[in-house]
This record gives sequence, C-alpha cells and structure tokens, in this order.
Amino acid sequence: MDLLKVTIDGIEIEVPAGTTILEAARKIGKNVPPAMCYYSKLEGSGGKCRTCIVKVSQGSTKDPRPMPKPVASCRTQVMDGMVVLNETSPEIMEARASVVEFLLINHPLDCPICDQAGECHLQDLGYAHGKQKTRYEFKRRTFDKIDIGPYVQLHMTRCILCYRCVFTCDQITNDRVHGVLNRGDSAEISTYIEKSIENDFSGNVIDVCPVGALTDKTFRFKNRVWFTKPVNAHRNCTTDKCSGKVQLWYKGNEVIRVTARKDQWGEVEEFICNTCRFEKKETTDWVIEGPAKVDNKSVIGQNHYELSYDKPVVPPKISLFADHPSFKDDSKFIN
Amino acid sequence: MLDNNIQFSPEALNLVNKYIAKFPEGKQKSAVIAVLHLAQAELGGWLKPEIMDYVASLLNIKPIEVYEVATFYSQYYMKPVGKYVIEVCHTGPCWLRGADELIAYFENKLGIKKGQTTPDGMFTLKGVECLAACGTAPVFQCGMDYYENMDNEKVDFFLDKCRQENKVSRPYPVMN
Amino acid sequence: MGIKILTKDIDVPGIQNFQVYRSYGGYNSVEKALRMTPDEVVEEVKKSGLRGRGGAGFPTGMKWSFIDKKSGKPRHLVCNADESEPGTFKDRYLMSKNPHILIEGMITSSFALGANLSYIYVRGELMYVVNILQRAIDEAYANGFLGKNILGSGYDLELHVTCGAGAYICGEETALIESLEGKRGNPRIKPPFPAISGVWSNPTVVNNVESIAAVPYIVNNGGEEYAKIGIGKSTGTKLISASGHINKPGVYEIEMGVTVEEFIYSEEYCGGIWKGRKLKAVVAGGSSVPILPANLILKLANGEPRLMSYESLSDGGFATGTMLGSGGFIVFDETASIVHNLWNFERFYHHESCGQCSPCREGTGWVEKILHKFLDGHATMEDIDLVADVAKKIEGNTICPLGDAAAWPVASAIKHFRPEFEWYVTNPEEACKPGAYYTGDKLVLA
Repeated sequence: MDLLKVTIDGIEIEVPAGTTILEAARKIGKNVPPAMCYYSKLEGSGGKCRTCIVKVSQGSTKDPRPMPKPVASCRTQVMDGMVVLNETSPEIMEARASVVEFLLINHPLDCPICDQAGECHLQDLGYAHGKQKTRYEFKRRTFDKIDIGPYVQLHMTRCILCYRCVFTCDQITNDRVHGVLNRGDSAEISTYIEKSIENDFSGNVIDVCPVGALTDKTFRFKNRVWFTKPVNAHRNCTTDKCSGKVQLWYKGNEVIRVTARKDQWGEVEEFICNTCRFEKKETTDWVIEGPAKVDNKSVIGQNHYELSYDKPVVPPKISLFADHPSFKDDSKFIN
Repeated sequence: MLDNNIQFSPEALNLVNKYIAKFPEGKQKSAVIAVLHLAQAELGGWLKPEIMDYVASLLNIKPIEVYEVATFYSQYYMKPVGKYVIEVCHTGPCWLRGADELIAYFENKLGIKKGQTTPDGMFTLKGVECLAACGTAPVFQCGMDYYENMDNEKVDFFLDKCRQENKVSRPYPVMN
Repeated sequence: MGIKILTKDIDVPGIQNFQVYRSYGGYNSVEKALRMTPDEVVEEVKKSGLRGRGGAGFPTGMKWSFIDKKSGKPRHLVCNADESEPGTFKDRYLMSKNPHILIEGMITSSFALGANLSYIYVRGELMYVVNILQRAIDEAYANGFLGKNILGSGYDLELHVTCGAGAYICGEETALIESLEGKRGNPRIKPPFPAISGVWSNPTVVNNVESIAAVPYIVNNGGEEYAKIGIGKSTGTKLISASGHINKPGVYEIEMGVTVEEFIYSEEYCGGIWKGRKLKAVVAGGSSVPILPANLILKLANGEPRLMSYESLSDGGFATGTMLGSGGFIVFDETASIVHNLWNFERFYHHESCGQCSPCREGTGWVEKILHKFLDGHATMEDIDLVADVAKKIEGNTICPLGDAAAWPVASAIKHFRPEFEWYVTNPEEACKPGAYYTGDKLVLA
C-alpha cells in the first residue's frame, strides 16, 4: 500500500492512504489533538466538537496551498506532503481554548458530585485548555429530567452532544430508542417519550460518553473513581458478540462497577453486554487477569499502581488477590 | 405505541403513497417531512407521540427517527396549538417595517401574548424567522397562505374569515 | 431599462401555464440541449461565467464539472429552493410567478449532468409554491418534457418537488441533502463533497433556483452571449431582493454593474429612501454579509462609485467592503437602530443553529444574550468587545458557514457603528426609549 508522508508539529510520519490527521498524530504519540466526539470504533463519528481542529499549512506536495480554515483533524485525511500545525500554532491553541470555553459555558461544573469526575475527558480538556475565569454571566441551560431505565443515568446538562451514544446504539445494538432531539442549544439526548434504553448492549453508551451525561446507575454515588481499583478480568459470556473481557472496579473486596476495557485514547477495546456489566458483580463471576493499565496522567493511577503505559511493567501490589498467582507482593498496598 | 384510532383517511393515504413514490425504492424515509405535514393537517393539528409512531409505521422506520426529525423543524408543533397558527415574521427586514406593531395588534385583538393560544383554541400567535417575503413586509403565514403588506384592517378581515371557516389549517403538499 | 432574462415574461398573464409559457419560447432550451451532448451544455455554462446565485458565487459550470461520472452511480441534480436568508425573496417571486422557467432549467441542467432523477427542495413555509411547482411539473410530464425518452431523445428524467419544514440551515447544501433524505438538517462534514457523495451517497449537484433558471437563456443564446451581459467576472443579470426603508421594495432584475447609488435612488429600482429620510446603512447581500454605512456602500475607498457586482461589493475586503451574497438588499434609514437590528439578526442565527458543533451551538446564543443587554440598558463597554470576541471565536471554527454568517454581522456592525453601541452603554435611558435613535456626530448619512 502507498504510504503518505505527513508532518505534524515538525514530526514526520508515513501513514497509509485514508489515515486521518488525528490517527497519524496518535501513531506519532506526541502532540495528539484531543478528541471529544470522534471514536475510531464508531462509523461517522467526529467532526462535531471541534476540539481536535488543526491548521493545515501545506495541503500536499502537489497542491501546497494552506487550507483556509482550521480543519477537524479527526475527519480530514492525510495527503502526501501535508504539513499540519497543532500545538505549535498559537492560533490553533487559541481556537481550541475558545472551543473549550464554548463547551463549558452551559456546563453545570458539578464535578464534585459527578460520577464521571476523575475519568472525564471534559475535565481533562478544561484543565489543559480552559481559562480560570468564565466570561459567561447568564443562566446556564437546564433540561427536563427523563428516566431512561434502571441501568443508565442521563444528566443532560453535562452532555456535549458528541453523538457517540447515538452511533453506538445504531451500530452496536439493533434497537435505537434514543437520539438527538430539538435543535440548536436546545438539542438534547432523549427518548422523547420516556423509554428505557434497554437491550443487550445498551450499557456501552456509558463507556463511550466522554462526560458524565450517561453514567452507570448501579455505580451511582458508590465511590469516587480514584478510590477504586481497576482489574482486568474475563468470563465465558454466552451473549452473542460479547467478548466477556472487562475491567472490574473494586472498592475493598467489593466489585462496584464493571466496564469495558479502554485503550490509551480512552476508547473501548471491545464492547460488552449488559449481563457482564450490570449483573456480574461478584469476584467469583470472573477469571481475574491482573491490574488494569492506567494512564500515568490519570488520577486513578496516582495512588495505586506503578503500572502504566509510560512506565515499565513491575509486579502489581494489590492485597485483594493475595491468593491469585499473579499477585505476590501485597505488603505496601493500603486499601 | 400504536393507537388504532389514529388513521389517515383513504385520500390522505393516497397522498402518502404519492409522497413515497417520489423517492427510489427503500428510500421511503425521505417522505417523512411531507407525511408529518400531512399528519398535522389531517390528524388534529399537532404531532402527539402516537401520531409520530403511526407515521413511523407507515414509512417502516423507527419511531425515534421520526421524533428526531419532528423536533428539529420549526413548522411541526409538538404541543397542542390553535386551529389557526398565526406565524408573524419578526426578522430584520419585517421588523424594519412594523413587525413588532403587527404582533402587538394581534396580541391586542386576541388578548394573548406571542407564543400563546386563545382560550377557545382558535388562534395561536407565534413569532417566526424570515419567511422570504421581506419586500411585502410586514407579513405573516397561516396554513398554506402568506398574508403580505399587512395592516390592521387586513388583520381584522383575516380574523373574521378564520372564525367563519373554523377549521384546522395546516400546509401540506397537494398532489393531483 | 436593462436586459431582462429571468423576469422577461414574468408578468405575462397565464405564464404559469405550460401552453402560455411554451408560446413565449419556453422549453426551447430543452429541445436544443437534447440535440447537443451533455458536455457541450456544460461547456456553454462554463463559458457563460454564471456564478452560483445562492450566495457563495461559485462558478456553476465548474461545480458541474466536478460531478463524479466514473463511479457509474446514479447522479442527481437538486435545486436549492430553501430560500431563507433574511432579506432574500427572489426565488419565491420567480417560482410562484413563473414556475416553468425553473422546470425548464432543471431539465436542461439535469441532462447536462447526466442526472435521471432530480429534485426541487422548497422550504416548507412556501408550501403554496410547492403546489405551484407540482402543477408545472405535472404539465411538463403531460407534454413529454419529463419522464421516459424526452422528445424521443432517449433521455429519461424524473423530476420531483419536495419540501422542508422550517429550518434555515437546510439552505446549506449538505444539510439540504440530509433533509431530502428525511433526516434532521445537520450539515455534513466535508469532504466528501456532494459532487462525489450527495443524496443517498450518489454524486449530486445542488444549485440555487436563480442559477438553474438562467440556464435556458445560456443554452438558447450561447454562453458567450450571456457573458457579454454584466461586468467583469460578474456576468449576466442578478435578481436583487430590495427591502427595508425604501419607497419601492421588491425584486429587481439588474444587469450586474449598475451603481449602488442608481439602484437605491432611481425610480426604476428602489425609488429612494422612504419618508424623505436619509440613508444610514445597507446590508447588501442577505443578513449574513457585513453591514456598510452609507458612505462605504455608495463609494469605494478610492472614491469611485460602488457597483452592484460580486467584485465591486467586496472591494476593500471586510475592512470597507461587503459581499453580493444572495442579493438580499436591506436598506436602513437614519432612524434605524443598528444595535437592535444586530440583536434581531443574532436571534435569527441562534434560532437557526442546528446545534451540531459546539462553537455555533453555544456561541450564537451567547452572542444574542450579550446583545440583548444593550436593549435592556444593562450593557457595559466591555460587552462591546466581548460580543465581538465571542463572534470571532465562532468564525472559521464551525462545520458549516452558518458560524461565519452569524459572526460577520457582529464584526461589521461594531466596526462601523461602534459609537452607537457606546451610546447604548452611556445613555441607556435615552437609547432604549421607544422611537429614539442615534444622532451622534460620527454618524454618516447620505
């Protein structure tokens, strides 16, 4: 296959035709534009949140003209000889900061009571690009609350309308009952008439949600995520298309949450069924593989593990599975 | 949630089939916008969920696909409204030529504010965005018709005419 | 009187009927085109220099030449009759009075593109126009100009009229395509462009009503003849929708190159400012284009008269110029409040934002709210810069041009009328009184 050369923030890489700028940046692994709506596993996603915008200062070797406006790196394919400016462009950093400002003006900033806090991409984005003071003086937007069933909690005020949950239900499940309703700044995720989002794979909307708009009702207010410990586990799941590969989130000896495993970009590796997610909350339901890898920038990784993407793997230190063959040294672990 | 009492007349069903026939096979979803207009005209003037579910069943699409569309476009009424919805253009060019005064006159005559419906369920008064009739401002739309170069006298005449007719008035594509 | 192409027969009694239209030379371009090759028709349109009349002004012939013919997929021509840009009402006028000129243009243009299934998408408010067009289409079918084997040429065309249901954004071509597919009018992320992947992923060209209606003349008389009309790269005639504080609002077909001054003050066109008042400002191309004060709309920076053409109206860039846009010419007399009008426009963009991308969804509402503070008498000097900055942060950062359309009026109003905004801040009681208007000494009237 033909490889195309692209330069992003001065770093050159060769990628196959059809690769987007964002995917090329992820391959480089440095100066990766943040993505709030794009999701590599969901067809048609991306382009909406505008946080990943970059400047194309040279379109290609053949046509070196710059692109007139910033482009969404998640939806713009690389051309041979393309030159892209991301963090090295002050205009892009300013534009990104303004996108973050727009995303936050109507956000409730209720992180202290939000279950997503600690693993929220909007929180990370705000921390990286946000301003210390809001310029927005008006009443923040609210929505009528709707109940979407026993498993998923919808907090519409936190939603950034990334559409990931809509794509998920269209592409992973066979029965979408929710969508984006109304328009403009009244647009909202809803079922319109109160309906449960319930089918074998509906729980995945929780994992794809970049913010705290869709959270796990069975985990609600159980614990702050940074006090829990993620462990990789699997079971022989009989649900068609479910991998049965999960992360168990422990508080003491108790499994308080089950999620799919996520990769270093925060994307689900393999989607899981609702039985695995909501009904298997005993350690005995699972074959434990060992502690989950956690990004060393994540608050979740700060206290518990030396294991992370950026550090060499060392033996994990967890008291919980003292009898598990993969855990030997538990002496320093304080629960 | 299908309600068996909600049913198009044979004539309306014939129209639905004509709307669908405008699109290639399998693309019947394209007809949803026209069918929703017709549903408002024929089935009580606004889109209650049961009507949207009926439209979904006619077009063989998911109900949520109809809700998504119905809530996006401003001509669909998601709540009960009057038999006559008076949609006064309040955008710039009409505003320059007396849209506010026209609205005030309606408010005064009908005893309601913009956005409200008269207690007898006859009239709803709405401010709407540009109707593409700026050269004959101020204007309003009601049902299929545009009312242009409006003044108080014409408004009085219009209101009287509606009271005499007394029927739900909504636009929809007419086909032979 | 300048040359009339689109409105020549518009007042002929019964021109809405096929037989009358035909007796005035109607549908001749179909007969002529069917004797040419599609590429020859495209070539004539290219030679004509016709530029898209919806607002962007992109050369129509070039747009046509981008359509993907290699994939072998069915191709579609879609007419954009979602006329919704505030100040613009030319397409409604043309379609309702002379529907057959559009049908004829659709047939000739569809043939040029190799499209066998084409649509006219009309905004839902104009349902009566939908019904007028439907009758005209039925007549064209009955007379052998639509359907299978048109005039024995072997060319088949199905043409349908469809409707929207209230959404300005559907005038954006990819939003229009989504709406035509029965979805929410969310603009698509480009590329791919419609010429490659449009309606149902098929190659599609979307053209404005006025552009398509010009095609019969071009085919009948040749592209070169059309290119002789007008001035420079602004060839042909343009329908101008004139509204606001003038004596004779209405649709005027002008030959490009008429001076702005003549257009505003002559009896042939707007007939001057109403009530004997003076000219304060003009929005020349629909609400989205920059507003210009009287002196700048009438004269270029070098003192020469400004003309009604793409080039002349945009002369000086956004510093001292504007755009021809859709030809929605909104005139403000000395009593008009630029601040109130700007709030009005921004309420429009806020209402019409589809909500898909963050800068537009959040920014348009914010802009509207800040501007409303001026009308409430609560605005501060900082608010002037804040609203300008918020608008600037929307501009260029959105999926579709609605973000720019919302931002440009803010930037230009503050640039050219800043003292009036300051007056609202410093004298709120006076400024917010009904009937009051700004008379500061920095105001330029004509």
